[in-house]
Order: sequence, then structure tokens, then C-alpha cells
Amino acid sequence: MAGMQTEHTIGVELRGAAKSYRTAGTVVRAVRGIDVSIEPGETVALLGPNGAGKSTTIDMVLGLISPDAGTVSLLGGPPRAAVAGGLVGAMLQVGALIRDVKVRELVAMMAALHPHPLGVDEALELAGLADIADRRTHKLSGGQAQRVRFAIALAPDPAILILDEPTVGMDVEARRAFWLSVRAFAARGKTIIFATHYLEEADAYADRAVLMSRGRVVADGPTSEIRGRVGTRTIRATLPEADTTELASLPGVNSADRRGDAIVLICSDSDMAVRALLDAHPDVRDIEIASAGLEDAFIELTADPDHALADAEQQEALA
Amino acid sequence: MRSLAYARFELVRTFRNGRLLVFSLGFPLILFFVIATPNRNEHNFNGSGISVPLYYMVGLVAFGAMSGLISSGSRIAAERTDGWTRQLRITPLKPSAYFFAKALTGYALAGVTMILLYASGISLGVSLGGGRWLEMTGLIVVACIPFAVLGILLGHLLTADSIGPAVGGVVSLLALVSGTWFPLGSHGLLHDIAQFLPSYWLVRASHVSLGGQAWPAGGWIVVLAWTLVLAVIARYAYLRDTARV
Repeated sequence: MAGMQTEHTIGVELRGAAKSYRTAGTVVRAVRGIDVSIEPGETVALLGPNGAGKSTTIDMVLGLISPDAGTVSLLGGPPRAAVAGGLVGAMLQVGALIRDVKVRELVAMMAALHPHPLGVDEALELAGLADIADRRTHKLSGGQAQRVRFAIALAPDPAILILDEPTVGMDVEARRAFWLSVRAFAARGKTIIFATHYLEEADAYADRAVLMSRGRVVADGPTSEIRGRVGTRTIRATLPEADTTELASLPGVNSADRRGDAIVLICSDSDMAVRALLDAHPDVRDIEIASAGLEDAFIELTADPDHALADAEQQEALA
Repeated sequence: MRSLAYARFELVRTFRNGRLLVFSLGFPLILFFVIATPNRNEHNFNGSGISVPLYYMVGLVAFGAMSGLISSGSRIAAERTDGWTRQLRITPLKPSAYFFAKALTGYALAGVTMILLYASGISLGVSLGGGRWLEMTGLIVVACIPFAVLGILLGHLLTADSIGPAVGGVVSLLALVSGTWFPLGSHGLLHDIAQFLPSYWLVRASHVSLGGQAWPAGGWIVVLAWTLVLAVIARYAYLRDTARV
């Protein structure tokens, strides 16, 4: 089976994939034709606000739903074939774990359903469950339950591991331990796709981020590149008296905001802006210049300037 | 091997659920003793030629097995709500293996109900020849197949909060019109309608005590037809049931 992973140059590929839902007479275009291509061994974060289409995309990749248009392929074949071949493991966003079983029994059963699983002990160990393997599933904390879901995802020894909001309910320490395990698994040459709201997770653990908004891919590349694409810098300084409207009109400044005595300037050209600021306000203190965070990029790239356009499209789809 | 792993898992899980066992096994037993004990010496119940303990033994096996098998739907609906069904869908587990495990679990519960009621029946004087016991048991097992399928079907159609009333209503109605609580007589509208229900033939298994054939060809056809129709719909319901609930 290891051979199968190296034969394919493409791990996961979506081409023009689109999916709409009809709810209460309205058509919701959850995913509007996206092209994403992920190589074997890549770790990719799927980012986006609620309703961006991340979960629908994941369902299409897992073969749980079929796209209305376009294609989805895993290791060169349809998702169902990859699933049947035991090449896919997934940690889904779900409610409670199935009841009345011990952690080890659940993981062992899931392993037994697959053609070339991990050893049960290895899966439990990787997910950090060795010490609670004999506990009943309905007596676990939220973070422990998430680790059980992780072990279920690892049990098939999948070539492709899909994690949908995997760290929800975990505390900081559990989160760090979880990502260490994911990295260890990725180091075995596995393809990993994870959906998350946490930008720092994408930044720290993904080779690449696919940023979605309103059913479209709005950015796709290394997280550093996405940050750079926005091209803005932020100037923070202490300046109690100044008027924000006046500050916003300084050359190189896009917008200005006040937080107590401090001002925050979002700048397209911070060099020009800082000179202008010093000229206009020689008493300015505590100047800091920082490149925009992924979060700023996220907000700028996913902001929707034309709701009207989207609504018009929705009407059109209805007609 | 793989399908057996899941079936075994389901069996272990179900028989560990104490509350489920107490209610699904205890209720038919209590009803049996409450109804049959005062009338234990009535040997020609409502002119049917069948004794009260035998009639209610089979009637409550029918009731207990039906509710045991259909209520597997309640567990499925809860599993769907928790996302377990979706998790299973991304494994190589085949639909046939899934159906097998669910039906087997339902039958295991129904089987325990059956054994407990047989023992209770014998304690109130039910006595049949060995061949008659086997024939009756065989007919009950066959007549339960549509209900095993119906349970799975309802589980994949309904949600966890709507399935309780649905299962309760379906079982009560079927039990009533199929003669679980009193013999239907040999003609009349109710009797004519009941002929087309598999639960009627389940209760009719008690007719083995009269000798001759408990089921004419029509009984086999009704049970087979319901099984096929429900199985086709249940398979369809399962295959399309991949959405979040």
C-alpha cells in the first residue's frame, strides 16, 4: 500500500467542484466551483469563517456528498474508492461518541474494518490514549473524546488524513500535544487536510493554507505568502490628542483607529506614513511598526464588499 | 471478518446497555403475567381453540420482538444525531454488513424476549410437542424479518426526537390490529386488513397448536412482500443518508 501513495503525484484534487443546498425555498450555494490540488505528503489548512464552505468541501472530499458540478479525486480515483481501499481517515465534527464501549474496543473495531490498519496500541499511543484505553466512551471529557476521534481517524493508517476543526474543546496543552501527534503522522509521508478557525494553527502547522470565503477559494499558498499578499503594515503609537480623520488622510495611511491614548494606522506604505506622522505630530511616542498578521489578511481577503452581488447570484440560481 | 467485527461490536454494546435490556425484556414479561395468570385455565380463548397462556405467549413474543426490532431504529437515529453513521460511512464497511449487524442485534434482543416468554408460558401450563415448538419458533423468526428491516428504515428516515412516538405508535397500532391483545375472529373488516400485515402472521404462529398449517401460502407471500419492499426502501434511505443531522 505504501507504493500506492508514491505512484500518484496528486493526493487530493478538486476541479470546478460546486455544491448547492435547497433549504426553505432558497438555494444556498455552499461551494461555488473551486479548484484545489494537494500533493501527497502536504499538510494543508482549510481556513475560512463560518459558512465559507469548508465543511461542504470536506464532505465532498470524503465522498459523503457528490458535487453538483466538477470533480473530486483522491489519489487519482473517486473518493468512494479511496475510502473502500482504507486510504482515508477522518475526524469529523460530531456530537457524542458512540456509547457503551471502551476506548480500546472502539478503536480496535474501527481498525478491523480496514484492510491495512495501524496496530491498535500504536493508534492509541499516537492519540495519547494509552492511559484511558479501558474507559467507557461516554465517561470522557471533551478533550479526551476529541483524542478518541483522532485515534479513530488514525486507525486505518490512512494515506490521507482529514481533520475537521480537530482542536475544538481542547485546552492549550492538549492542543499542543495533538499537533505534535499530527506532525509525527505527517512525517510518515501522509497527506493531511485540516479545517480550522484558529489562524495560529494554520500558521504553525500547515505547509499551505487554502482560504475560503462564501464558497470560493480567495487565497491559496504558504501562509507567509498569504500574509504578504495583503501587503499592509500596522503602525501603533501613543498620541493622545490627534484626530483619527486627520490621521487617516496622511500619505500612505489607509485607515486610522484610536484605542485609548494609542492610535493604530493601517498603512499601504508604512515608510511614507511614519515620516508624515512624525512631521505632523512631533510629540508622538512608542512607535511600533508591524507587518499584518494572518488574521488581518484573513479579514481583508474574506470580507465581502458586495453582499448585493451575492444576493443577486442567489436569486439567479433560484430562477 | 470485517463485517463480523462490526456485528460483534454492536452486540457487545447493546447487551451492556442495562436500561435498554430492562425495559425491552421486562415489559413483555410483566404484561404476559398480568394478562395470562388470571385466565390460565381458559383453553378455548374466544372460540379460537387456543389456550390463553399460549395465545398471549405468542402475542407478546410478537409484541416484544416487534418493539425490540423496530426500536433498533431509535438507536440508529441517536447514532445519526451523534454523527456516528457518517463516521462509519468513511470506512470500507459495506451496507450489507451494516444491515446484518443491526438486524442481528435486534434479533438477539428478540431472541432473549422469546426465550423468557417461552419459559413463562411453560410455567403457566403451555405444552406443545417438540416439533410444534420448532415450527412456531421458525415462523416467528421469519415473520420478524420485515420488522428488523423496518427498524433500520425508520432509523435512517427519522430524527432522534421524532422516532420515539413513531416507534411507539407503529408498534401499538400493529399489535392491536394484528390480534396481539385479542383474537380478531375469522371475518370482518379488521380481519381482512390484518391479513396484509406481517404482524398478523407473527401472531398467527400460535395456531401451530391447532395442528395443520399455521400459515397458508398467503402468509408467506405477505411476509416476503413486506420484506422486499421495506428492504429496497431501507437500502435507499441508508445510501442517501450521509448528510449532517
